Amino acid sequence: MIRFYERHPIWSLVILIAVIFLVWLVFSPWPPGFVDVFGRKKIFLNALFNGITLGGLYFLVASGFTLIFGLMRNVNLAHGSLYLLGGYIGYEIADWTGSWLLSFIIAFLAVAAVGVILQVVVFRRMEGEDLRQTLVTIGISIVIADLMLWIWGGDFYQILTPEWLSGPVMLPLVTAVKSSGETVYLKYPTVRLVILLGAVVIGVGMWLLLNRTRIGMLVRAGVDDRDMLSATGVRIQLVFVAVFAFGAGLAGLAGVVGGTFQSLAPGEDTRFLLASLVVVIVGGMGSIPGAALGAVIIGLAEQFGSVYMPTYSVVLTFLIMVLVLAFRPQGLLSMR
Amino acid sequence: MALLDETGSTPVSSPERAQGRWTQWFGQIPAWGWLLAAFMLCLPLFASNFVIYQIFGWAMILGMIALSLMFLAGYGGMVSLVQMSVAACAGYMVAILGNSAATEISLGWPWWLNIPVAILIAMAFGTISGALAVRTEGIYTIMITLAIASAFFYFTRQNYVIFNGFSGFNSLEPPRLFGVDWRQAVPFYYLTLFWATLSYLAVWYVSRSPFGLALQGIRDNPRRMSALGFNITAHRIAAYTFAAFFAAIAGILLSWLNGQISPGTAGVGPVIDILIIAVVGGLKRPIGPFIGALVYVLLRTFALDVLVSLGLDGQRFQLLIGLGFLLIVFFSPDGLLGLWERWKSHMAKSESGLAPMHDGDA
Repeated sequence: MIRFYERHPIWSLVILIAVIFLVWLVFSPWPPGFVDVFGRKKIFLNALFNGITLGGLYFLVASGFTLIFGLMRNVNLAHGSLYLLGGYIGYEIADWTGSWLLSFIIAFLAVAAVGVILQVVVFRRMEGEDLRQTLVTIGISIVIADLMLWIWGGDFYQILTPEWLSGPVMLPLVTAVKSSGETVYLKYPTVRLVILLGAVVIGVGMWLLLNRTRIGMLVRAGVDDRDMLSATGVRIQLVFVAVFAFGAGLAGLAGVVGGTFQSLAPGEDTRFLLASLVVVIVGGMGSIPGAALGAVIIGLAEQFGSVYMPTYSVVLTFLIMVLVLAFRPQGLLSMR
Repeated sequence: MALLDETGSTPVSSPERAQGRWTQWFGQIPAWGWLLAAFMLCLPLFASNFVIYQIFGWAMILGMIALSLMFLAGYGGMVSLVQMSVAACAGYMVAILGNSAATEISLGWPWWLNIPVAILIAMAFGTISGALAVRTEGIYTIMITLAIASAFFYFTRQNYVIFNGFSGFNSLEPPRLFGVDWRQAVPFYYLTLFWATLSYLAVWYVSRSPFGLALQGIRDNPRRMSALGFNITAHRIAAYTFAAFFAAIAGILLSWLNGQISPGTAGVGPVIDILIIAVVGGLKRPIGPFIGALVYVLLRTFALDVLVSLGLDGQRFQLLIGLGFLLIVFFSPDGLLGLWERWKSHMAKSESGLAPMHDGDA
């Protein structure tokens, strides 16, 4: 941080001012002239929070994608299908047992198992053949999408939030001051906050796992030079299977999250595949902090876009991607 | 690796070039080429309008779009998923600049102005996408072009001022030229055949031209080519421009074939379908995409009936396409053409008893 300040003093100042302005925007009641320009504060705060929670969901999907890519150079274009599959499995479990938390565990394990099968049957056979792997995953995603359409049909599914999480929570953020002098606070759905918290916990946990444990050390070494790692006697195929299972399981977990605060339907798989593509392109391939940054940027862009420029909100995210590509093709936080 | 390894026949020797150029050209066409040409030319004599319009017309158009992908992937090593969007862009431009049912948007320019301008705009779009995509390599290219293609899809779906949003444009018709109604099955078939043949020959020619050879060199070893003084980026972007040209023509033909163009024309599904077509046919020769397109169109048209007649659920034809694609990619990286070649070399081997020079890919 200090080094960044030393190298880019002007940029640091700009960032500092922007952060202070943002904090002011969030915490203080807006003056009337401001409301005329930007609309009501409640809308702004809602877009901000929705954007960050959506970013949390995107992070869950994209981190698995970027982890698999970073270690194995596998572009798994069936990642969106794994997301949707996890969502459907979670729905079935939640419907059957009535337990929301159990559905997370089962979805994670089931999709991780699918990931293991994918890694052993498909990717291990075609190591180093990028294009073929990509094509095979496209084929797999078509097949899985049609199988899911066969089983679950074209209806919308939504996983019910449990009792103890439904309903809004009052946040200590002032949205407006009424003429009577009474202050109005922001109400926000509890479940979204819990999910955001979960995403942050998973992200931090993943960072700790990667940077503080032996397994993480193996994974990082594999990212840097996998031939050298296997030459030192590490059974790298086991590491590959574990990472693939974990990444796929995260996608399944994200499916349950997505099924809870959005809905599950055919077509969501490509939507989330594209979202994670854009997220990792913006953030930098193979970088977990990059995935987090990219996810928040894309989530915010989507939500603010849909509030302040409704027609082109989807295009806005792609515009961000194009800008990043034009000025920093390796992604914002990429090592290389 | 030799540059001409994967392009099929022998290179043109330069000394005889000046005089015997055309005879040599014709001499290079193999027997199957003549047979195919005769078959395609005579097809309307015995095939029904449905077959020549909906099967062969559609297959040739999809084949041209897949050919532009094949050119980039096979000779340039860049798998670009943006070609379908380039085609749709040209189709849109013809609808916007020319005539359509949406009279408040369409400008109604005459055909000799609107078609070239549409092609130019689509080529510009293809070039810009290419310029973005070549900043990255290999597998990234697929992801970035997929993202550009979906951006195009979402943009056309949301934009009502220019692209008429979700519904797109209807009643697009080819211009009446030389007193021929090009909308009719037989004239349209010959029109498509003409352009498909032309684009096939163009790719065939360019792949042997200095530009094409340089492109293949860049595919095989970019660093060495750059050390030899070739401008890698310029070559790659130029390849995108060239590929965009016949994708654009195919897009215009496609909008005439369907009589309409809408965001769904270049949705994520069709974009992936073009990749499937090119891969199933084979990425090593320009004829591959056309074979793949024919297989795809036949499956698309008849799989439902076949499945139902076998007592299976007709809705599952997407599964059939997906499984077939998986099998081909799994067992033959070079598509159907690769299978055919392997079978041929296998036969030759068992006939001569001696193992001939192997291709190298198993």
